[in-house]
This record gives sequence, structure tokens and C-alpha cells, in this order.
Amino acid sequence: MNRATATASIRAQRYAHVLKLERWRVWTMLTALMLLFVVLLARGLWLQAFNEAFLQGQGDARYTRTLKTEANRGMITDRNGDPLAISTPVQSIWASPRGMALLPPGQKRDEDWEPANDKDPVPVSQDELKKLANALGMPAADLIKKVSDGRKNDKGELVRPDFVWVKRGLSPTDAKSVLALNVPGIYAQTEYRRYYPAGEVMAHIIGFVNIDGKGQEGFELTRDSMLAGKPGSRTVIRDRRGYIVEDISTIVPPRDGETLTLSVDRRIQYLAYRELKAAVESNHAAGGGIVVLDAKSGEVLALANAPSYNPNSRERIDPAARRNRALTDIYEPGSVMKPVTISAVMDAGKLTPESRVDTFNGTMAIGPNTIHDTHHGGVLSIAQVIQQSSNVGAARISLMMPREYMWNAYHNAGFGEVPHSGFPGEAGGILRNWKNWRPIEQATMAFGNGISVSLMQMARAYQMFADGGQIHPITFTKLVAPVPGKQVIKPETALAMRNMMESVVQPGGTGMPARVVGYRVAGKTGTSHKLEGGVYVNRYVASFIGMAPASDPRLIIAVMIDDPTGGKHFGGSVAGPVFSNVMAGSLRLLGVPPDAPTDNILIPAPDESDSRE
Amino acid sequence: MIKVLWDRFVRPIDPWLLVFLVLLFILSSIVLYSASNQDMGKLNDKFTFMGVALCVLWVMANMPQQVLMRLALPIYLVGVVLLICVALFGSVSHGARRWLNIGVTIQPSELMKLGLPMMLAWYFHHYEATLNWKHFLVAMILLVIPMGLILKQPDLGTALLIASSGFYVMFFAGLSWYLIGALVLAGGGLAYVVTHWNLCIHILREYQCQRVATMLDPMQDPLGAGYHIIQGTIAIGSGGPFGKGWLNGTQTHLDFIPERTTDFIFAVFGEEFGLAGNIVLLLLYLMLIGRGLHIASNGSTLFGRLLAGALTLTFFTYAFVNMGMVSGILPVVGVPLPLVSYGGTSMVSLMAAFGILMSVQKDRKLMKN
Repeated sequence: MNRATATASIRAQRYAHVLKLERWRVWTMLTALMLLFVVLLARGLWLQAFNEAFLQGQGDARYTRTLKTEANRGMITDRNGDPLAISTPVQSIWASPRGMALLPPGQKRDEDWEPANDKDPVPVSQDELKKLANALGMPAADLIKKVSDGRKNDKGELVRPDFVWVKRGLSPTDAKSVLALNVPGIYAQTEYRRYYPAGEVMAHIIGFVNIDGKGQEGFELTRDSMLAGKPGSRTVIRDRRGYIVEDISTIVPPRDGETLTLSVDRRIQYLAYRELKAAVESNHAAGGGIVVLDAKSGEVLALANAPSYNPNSRERIDPAARRNRALTDIYEPGSVMKPVTISAVMDAGKLTPESRVDTFNGTMAIGPNTIHDTHHGGVLSIAQVIQQSSNVGAARISLMMPREYMWNAYHNAGFGEVPHSGFPGEAGGILRNWKNWRPIEQATMAFGNGISVSLMQMARAYQMFADGGQIHPITFTKLVAPVPGKQVIKPETALAMRNMMESVVQPGGTGMPARVVGYRVAGKTGTSHKLEGGVYVNRYVASFIGMAPASDPRLIIAVMIDDPTGGKHFGGSVAGPVFSNVMAGSLRLLGVPPDAPTDNILIPAPDESDSRE
Repeated sequence: MIKVLWDRFVRPIDPWLLVFLVLLFILSSIVLYSASNQDMGKLNDKFTFMGVALCVLWVMANMPQQVLMRLALPIYLVGVVLLICVALFGSVSHGARRWLNIGVTIQPSELMKLGLPMMLAWYFHHYEATLNWKHFLVAMILLVIPMGLILKQPDLGTALLIASSGFYVMFFAGLSWYLIGALVLAGGGLAYVVTHWNLCIHILREYQCQRVATMLDPMQDPLGAGYHIIQGTIAIGSGGPFGKGWLNGTQTHLDFIPERTTDFIFAVFGEEFGLAGNIVLLLLYLMLIGRGLHIASNGSTLFGRLLAGALTLTFFTYAFVNMGMVSGILPVVGVPLPLVSYGGTSMVSLMAAFGILMSVQKDRKLMKN
């Protein structure tokens, strides 16, 4: 023991009371400490044993998030499986303006900047945004406006949104270079962009989706729920800054949309659109429509309109180009209605193909009204009425029957009724009640005036001539099994009509330009005056509807050209060539064997005056 | 020869303290590995601090008490001078003037953590024979000077810790119970008046008031001032009785716990090891403190006894304040969890304190009175 300790212990003995007191104080202190530790322990027990579940839930709520997983939109294909609408993944860039604090120009974020809390916005320099705008290919001012805009709340404070799209639909590589800039508050999300390989050719059938993937037109709209599928959700772990660290589970896997197989044949559609567009252009027409039907099943093989639009383009689409003329526009069909009228009368047994009708000198007065023919035919056979398209003849034939009978005939052929092809905005046309018909109306209706129809309705009605008197429902989806048709006229009548309609494209007929090499064609031309404010004007709708091969029709093609102003306006010369080209190409595409002698060489198309109606 | 070496190098080391300290080191390394997201760099730093701290411990343990007594006044004076320098030309960071740049940046308040209890212990030791109330008054002044300077920085946490270390010395030196009672009453009354009349703003800094108010009701501002407390409580609570397992704490690894390697490391510990882990940690601390108080009561000099007792209790205060603030029963003050938090300065000064304890133990009275 050294000296100091010795002195200390001597002192300690002398002031024993100090020492005792100290010992006592130590114990007091120790007790106090134990008590405080017990407090800590109690707190631990409270938190960890009694409140555990609640706090665990609180913890989970802070780091788990349920995110939506986009479902892949279903593909639309043609009848052969060729894609017409496909979805490709793209990256869309979005920003969280609330999480960003825009620095004044020239200022930079501190290297060691740390968020003080969850909601602390990250300073973002103007330079960073300029680089970002550059990578995105947008003006920097636009970008800065996007991330700094907000709306005023009721206290007048600027509240900036948590989410705003910056640019959508970037390719994955572009998005990668954007994200590589690492600008705080800028994120990417996978979306699916719709792509239409056939572009404007198919635009009216397929329609398009908006930027959020919702169908806006055509089958994208009508079959939206089927194509869209169902988005799934997944639960992920996110850290405090919102970065996804780990997937925990996919609660609901996304259900991808189903594939929609249309009845359309892409190749025929291309052909139809190309020919229609060419004809509309060369005839300086306002527009046109074409429908190609499978003669035996009612499937739509092609439907095109001109003008059309490019559904891949995000630019504003001209509303006129969006009109699906063939389905939604109604017009007075003109002479293409004559076969329907005549077949109805024939079916009643009042006529045979050999029956004769006196067309007088090409005019007929009914009350104060007069019906005119372009030819002065005299006494014509029924076949000649069709071939030369005699209005007087058709009117006289129609007037042989009571008006109720004729109304029934038109109604059974599908006029005045929506065709229910499954397309939005289909027109049903106008077929007035027979009780209000005056004789002049019954007479003009016989050659397609005073009745309004859509091109699709016309094409549909012509099925009765192609398929032994049956009309099948129109469908845009590929049929697995044939749908039974409705017998409208007798098979014999149908055959007789077809034979007579063949003469239309033969010398002396109105539809010679509609001939097809190697195939027999049965059809009918139509040229109708347009109605403007209830008055017929000298502007026309030219149409041709026909079928081939006439011996056993495979296709029905209906062509309508609206307001041709290129010098020609007759159905035969304006719509006929379109029919001929599309029919010839389609039959070859489908491999339909020719039914006409191979020496059937086209005589040069006769000039306009011969082919009028 | 071996015996000489043994006496020289190993003898001063108190085996009990050493065992507890090493156990704490192991525990802290395990937690730090997880809290730092398996950052070996941080762990290496920690090992370096431990090595340095152990050397300091050994040096202090070997220091005779007379040397410590002789050093007490100079350390205290240097500390006060440095604190005055800080107040005059200290560098400001995060809104507080705590650091002094003399080639290296130092924080003089750290020095005071040892300097003040040493000074007071030496003072009472010096006037042991004639101790009366005037000495306590002087001691009070000796305490208030550095405390005021540190409060001014402002650093409420350190000021309170240093004040408490001084109070412990006075308590063991025999501070009258009447005075203690008066102090407690005065403090309680002041706290009552302050909270009741909303005078807090006039006495403390705004952020300090905020912290106290936040502690009383953290949910009033869950994303701002209450954030630390809420995240800490959630982390500890979600650990449950047995924890989520090492490296599996979600709040920890998803960065929800602020300052998780330093002040809030207890939240990480609580989340990953649960109540069971907390009990183990508390027991370790309790054994260290028990051993410290045992050493204090057997000290051969009043200086040794007072210093050992005060240092032990200061250590306890650190642990209690840290765990209390993380688990949400005390306001948030920047106090690390002793020996567990990452950080060199605090570890070295704590180990120096344990070295002093060992030195006191080495020179203990050999007979009971």
C-alpha cells in the first residue's frame, strides 16, 4: 500500500460518517438505476409484446405498396392470323413534382444533400432538367413548366401534383438513356403501345386506342373489355425513398387480353383499300366505301373507306376521315335496288325472266310525277330491264304488287333495320311504313329512290342472289361453323336473278367495266342523285354491287363512290372498275377456279354513253 | 520475469469489466454489420476505434490515481478555455457552434465529459476534511461554467449529461438531501411553469422545445419532428418478443430508421433481436454498472470513489437517455448508445472512463472497514 492510500484510509477512518453515507448512497443510486431500467424494460414489453401487431402493421404500411401490373392488350388478327393490332411494351416517363424543388438558374444541388424527412423535396437544378429535356427531345421550357405547375388550394398555397406524365411511349433504349441521367423525381413506367401494322388500310375496322390504352373506335372500342384483359397487382417492398427493393408476392397476376380473330382477310382488304382509294382520287370523289362479303357465310372479308386515317399517328384525326361510310352512312342506293324489287315480284309468281314489260317511250307519269329512263327501250324482257336498268320497267313491276308485299320484301332483305354486325354506329337506313306509301313512292323505291340504306345493307341483301335465296347475318369475326341464313326468296328465283344480272356486265349492259377475266360476274350498277335539302341535285353516288363466280358465287363486292366529279358519274364506269379489280385479285388470292371460257377476252370498255343506266 | 510483466501489463486490468466490455463490443459489431447494410468499411472503422479505445483503456488503467488527481485541474481549465474559444471562434455546422478547428477539428465538450467529474472529484477530495455547504456552492459554480458554455453552443444533450456527471459527484460527496429535494422541487416547478405558461420558447431554442413537445405527442407531426420517434418506436415494436432476425429488420434495411448506425442503433437492435435482445443488452449494461459501482464503493481515496461512481452513473445516463429516446419515452437528444453506436470519439472517452475505473480498482482498499 502506498503512502497516498495509507493517508486516505486514515482519513477515511477519521471521517467514517462520510464513508458510510457514501455506501448508503451507492445503494440508493443502484436502486434508482434498477427502477429506471425497469421503466425501459416495461417500455420494451409494451412495444414489443403488447403493441407488436399494431406496430408491425404500421411498419408494413410504411414499406409495402400494392402496384398495378398492366395486362397486355389482346392482339387483333385477320382470319389467317396475320396481326392487325399488336401491343409493344414502351416506357413512359413521369415526374413527381411534389418531390422536386426547382433550384434557381445556375444553382446546383449539394453533393451531401440528405432529405430531412419523408416529404422533403429533392432540389433539382435547371441544368439537370435541361439535360433531361434534351434526352427527351422536348423544349426545356415545357419540361420546367410541367414539373413546376400546380394548382392553388383553398388556402392559396401552390399544391404540386404527385404524378405527371412527362413523355409517354419511349422505346426501352431511349428510356434507359433518360433514366441514366438520374434526375431526382423522374421515373419510368412500362406501358403498352398499340401498333397497327396495316395502318390506314384497316383503320375503320380496327379503330384505335387512346394513350391510356382504351378503345376509342372500331373493334378496339366494341371489344374493349375482351381485348383489355384485367390488370393484376403485386405487392412490393419499397424503401423510404420509394425505390422498389423486392417483390413479395404477385397477388393477382394480370390476365392478358384475348386475341380477337376477325373474319377480314388482310390481303383482300389491302386490295380493296388500294383500288377504292385510287378510284376516289381519280374520280375526284368526296369519298367511297367498299365491302367484300363471303357470299356463303356472311363474313366480312374486307371493308374499306376512303378517305382513311393512320391510327398509328397520334395527331388529331380529321373527323371526316374517321367516318365508316360503308356502315354508318346512309344514301339512296339507286338502281342497285332493282334486283331486290324484281326478285320479290318474281318470287310471287307474277313474273318469269321471259315476261315482258312495256317501258313506253322511257317515261311514265304517276299522278303529277314522271319517271324517266335514260334509254328508250320500248317493250323489254325482265332481263333487259335489269341489263339496261330501266326505271320505268322496275316501277311497273313493283306496282304489280300490293305495297304491303313490297314493304315485306324490302324488310326481309334487311332494309330499315340495323344489320347487327357487331360494329358501333351502324345505320339501319330508312324504310317508311307501307301504310304511308303513295303509288309514286312505291314506284321510285323500285329503283332505289325514296329509300335509304347503307352500303353494308346492300351487300348483305345481295346474299340472297348468291346463296340460293338465303341471307346470313353479317359478321366481322371469323366463323367456326356456318350460321344458318334466312330464306328470303326461292332458290330458283335467286338463280334466275343471277343469270339476268350477268347480262349487266355483258355488251349492252350498264356495268361492262365490272367484268372479270376468266370469271362470270353477276351484278348491278347504281347511280343515284344526291339529295340536298330534300331536293335532288346533279351530284351522284355511283355504285356497283356484284358477285362472282356467277355459277357458284364466292364473293359479293359492293362499291360506292360518293360524289365523283372527275367527269364520269355512272355506277358502271366509276364503281365498276373497282369491283372488277378487287374481284379479280381476290378470286385469284383465294384460288377460286375460273368458270368462264378462257377466251373470254375483255373487249375495250365501251364509252360512257353506252354504259349509263 | 513473467510475473513482472504480468504485474506491469495485466494486473491493472479488471477482468470483469473487460469481459463485459468485450461482450458489448461483439454485440455492437454484430448490430453494426446489419445497421450499416453489411458495410465492411464501417465495421473495420469500428474495429480500429475499439483497438484505439482498448489502448486508451490500458493506459488509463495503468495511471496512478495521483497522476489523475494532478491532471484534474489542468484538464478542466484547458476544457473551459477551449469552450470559450469555441464560443468565440468555433466553426458552425448544422446550426450549432460545437467544433474548434486547430489543425484537426475537435469538440471540447467531449473533453469536459471527463474533465468536469475529475475536477469536482479532485476538489472534494482536496477539501475532504473540511467539507461543508460552501464547497458545494463552489462545486456548483465549477459545474455551471462549462454547462452554460455548452448550452450556449447549443447542445442541450451534452450539457445535461455533463451537468448530471457533476451532480453525481456532488451526490456521492454527500450533497444534502434537503438540497437535492430543493433542486428536484425547483426543477419540477420550473418544468411545470414552463409547460403550463408556454414559456419554453424564452428559455430553450425553438427546436429543443419542439423536441420536447414532440416527445409528449409524436403524432402531432409524424413527418417532421415526430418522425424519428415514430420510426424508432415502430422499429422496436415490430421486432416483437424475439425479433425479426439478424439482417432481416425491414424498417432498418429499407432506410426508414434515421441515423441507424449511430444514435438510433438501438432501434435496429430492437427490431432484429426483439424483447429478448433488449433484455440481454440491458443486463450487460446493468452488470457493467454494477461492477462500476462496486469498484466505486471500494475505492481507496475519496477522489477515486467519487470519480468512479460519477463515471459509472454517467455511463448509465448515456445508456438510459439513448434507449429512452429511441423507444419514445424521452425527447430526442443527440446521445449515442454507449459503446454500441458507431463513432470513435465517444467510444474513446467512454473507454478512458472505464480505464479510470480500473485504475481505481487497482488501488482499491485492501481491507474492509
